Amino acid sequence: MKLVVAIIKPSRLEEVRQALNSLDVHGMTVTEVKGYGRQKGHSEIYRGTEYAVHFLPKLKVEIAVDDAIADAVSTAIRDAAQTGRIGDGKIFVLDLLAVTRIRTGETGASAL
Amino acid sequence: MTGFKTPLKIAGGVALASLLLSLPALGQDAAPAEEVAVTLSEGVSADVVFILNSLLMIIGGILVFWMAAGFAMVEAGMVRTKNVSMQLLKNVSLFAVACLMYYLIGYNLMYPLGNWAMGSDETGGYLGAFGIAILEAVGITADSADDFSYAATSSDFFFQVMFCATTASIVSGTLAERIKLLPFLLFTVVLTALIYPIQASWKWGGGFLDSQFGFLDFAGSTVVHSVGGWAALAGVILLGARRGKYNADGSVNAMPGSSMPLATLGVFILWMGWYGFNGASQLAMGSVGDVADVGRIMANTNAGAVGGALAALVLTAIIYKKVDLTFVLNGALAGLVAVTAEPLTPGLGTATIIGAVGGLLVVFSVPLLDKLKIDDVVGAIPVHLFAGIWGTIAVVFTNPDATLGGQLISIIIVGIFVFVVSFVVWFILKSIMGLRPTAEDEDLGLDKAEVGVEAYPEFK
Repeated sequence: MKLVVAIIKPSRLEEVRQALNSLDVHGMTVTEVKGYGRQKGHSEIYRGTEYAVHFLPKLKVEIAVDDAIADAVSTAIRDAAQTGRIGDGKIFVLDLLAVTRIRTGETGASAL
Repeated sequence: MTGFKTPLKIAGGVALASLLLSLPALGQDAAPAEEVAVTLSEGVSADVVFILNSLLMIIGGILVFWMAAGFAMVEAGMVRTKNVSMQLLKNVSLFAVACLMYYLIGYNLMYPLGNWAMGSDETGGYLGAFGIAILEAVGITADSADDFSYAATSSDFFFQVMFCATTASIVSGTLAERIKLLPFLLFTVVLTALIYPIQASWKWGGGFLDSQFGFLDFAGSTVVHSVGGWAALAGVILLGARRGKYNADGSVNAMPGSSMPLATLGVFILWMGWYGFNGASQLAMGSVGDVADVGRIMANTNAGAVGGALAALVLTAIIYKKVDLTFVLNGALAGLVAVTAEPLTPGLGTATIIGAVGGLLVVFSVPLLDKLKIDDVVGAIPVHLFAGIWGTIAVVFTNPDATLGGQLISIIIVGIFVFVVSFVVWFILKSIMGLRPTAEDEDLGLDKAEVGVEAYPEFK
């Protein structure tokens, strides 16, 4: 099993969700995060003082998937989240050791 | 980025000078109407005059009270989320303290009605009467009224107590986010029991500034607004800036406010309350002339805000290439403060320009205070002190009874008195109990550290 972690632009969330739905992936966790990579921040002026905003708002989307579809999921996320401009984000794939469904106690692939 | 070119400075200066020179021309009104042959009445009875005067101050008092909500919202919006509850608490409690002290001591100190403890109406009043405020008995008649030629004492007290509370509110914005509640309230006690009423008696109580210097201040550019500003300035010098605001190399860290909607709402509330603040300061509405004057004052008050807001808007667009909402808000308030010294005599155009100069002052002086490491969170010193001084001087442009000398001397006397006494009080409080919370508490936020009620508890 794999944990796919994607840092994406907040405006792309709905597209990513729909793309994953069409792959029959129906669960995900979304967190509001701040970050930067090559996309620098910007500067603002408040009451005569210029200040730099280094961190930009992003969304972190986490999905637990079966090994078989991990690549397809990564590709789908990339296609949906891409705008072509700096700051589109990154996708990380981690090994997932165990999964448990809390309500029923199921483990492993049937808990995904 | 923040500087602007010398030619622009010169052009700006020339524009300002020509505006000021044209002020008398903009004071012109419509030509007086011809005498009407038929008069329908000969005015109203003395009862009705008393009633209308009192009504004006009853309504005015309610409007000035509403300014407390305005101050609370402006300050809540301009501080960071972790300090909002504390700011609101300061606003509610200072209001209560001010009203209590004004009842206990301030009202009679401010309006001794000739019974000066020091001085007299003729030679100059210096210190008013001591005693709690006592209203007229229930259900008075014309015979038992304190001053039948004026208005009900109750309406007068109700109106005036709100002015005292307004003065105290000015101080809380400047000192936000790094002052403990107790020393702030203790200072408020002294400000509202002694400092404000004593200097106000010198003008509005018939004291020496009024009788000997011909000082004119219609609704309080000096008596209310600059007083709050001086008290705030004395406090902020001793209190120091917020942690992390100024770096050792002199650069400034912006600390944006938590809610622009609240700040904007607050300004509109203050703007509305100001109609009572200035309009009801006519203290009379029982004649054709008086009620027309009240309307004129309100129209001019509005014009001042308009001028201030627009001046700030245009200026920030020019200087910073982007319009800063907080400056436009401050500008509107500065415009209101500027016309407060004389909202009756100017024409609408002049009132707008007087307000516009107030707005200009704010845009220039906010960064200036930062250069001096004076951390005024909401801009209360530019809005109330600087615009208040300007407004007091501007009286001479439209009211022939005012003299530049009289206005300046009064500004200086009130300024020295309020600043020095405030400084001493703040200094004593700082020595006895300290003014600031601990560094940890300031970083944690005063909502958690001192109030125990977070303004935004789910915002993690």
